[in-house]
Amino acid sequence: MNRTYELMFIVRPDMVEEDQDKLISTLESAVTSTGGTVKNVERMGRRRLAYRVRRFNDGIYVLLTVEGRGEMVHELERRLRVTEPVIKFLTVRIDEEQKRLDKIKAIRDARRKAAPAPAAAETAGEAPAVTA
Amino acid sequence: MADENRATATSEAPAVAERPERPSGGERPEGGERRGPRSGPGGREGGPGGRKYFRRKKVCKFCVEKIEAINYKDIRLLAQFVAESGKIVPRRLTGVCTPHQRRLQSAIKQARNIALLPFAGRAS
Repeated sequence: MNRTYELMFIVRPDMVEEDQDKLISTLESAVTSTGGTVKNVERMGRRRLAYRVRRFNDGIYVLLTVEGRGEMVHELERRLRVTEPVIKFLTVRIDEEQKRLDKIKAIRDARRKAAPAPAAAETAGEAPAVTA
Repeated sequence: MADENRATATSEAPAVAERPERPSGGERPEGGERRGPRSGPGGREGGPGGRKYFRRKKVCKFCVEKIEAINYKDIRLLAQFVAESGKIVPRRLTGVCTPHQRRLQSAIKQARNIALLPFAGRAS
């Protein structure tokens, strides 16, 4: 039921550390108020942007991994749109992709445990897993 | 002479008939090679040979190395499939298989949106 999202946003480079923390804690409270959980917060630091965004050439990237419902994402994006220092954001849903990766990993591990000797069987069996 | 005509007609007719039906214009340069194995009865170039359009066998990098997750965040991996101009390199040049190319495309477009990759690069 709960979906996992990855929210990456860019903050203008002249923002101080404490303002960033304030922003992140605001977002976290928005997440918990709509019934979600924050899985991870990663500050990727200052990076050069590939193109000028709002007359900035650098930006501070922050990656937020959250779990919750769809309305939570609406709320988060609304806040990000309104917040002045945030210049770009991107939300990606990752639970389906994660499921697929876990399934492939499980198949591979099971196969590796079951039949270490016949390598032909392994490659033949793995090919459909990879294409799937 | 009638035999010759018939022989040439049978080997070329499928090719000629196929040409107007094929909608994809992009395949035309490779058409000489692609049509051969499909039309079959012509008997020419069923496989590798000295065919001028045939490129050496290219394997999909993701299939070989079993890289499953193509994330928009690892731009080092994505940048290998992006040209100098910032364009996504077509699959016939990189040898990537279709499902992986599609995932690569989405990842590159996501990276472009979040300013990790440029929309248009320096060149030209």
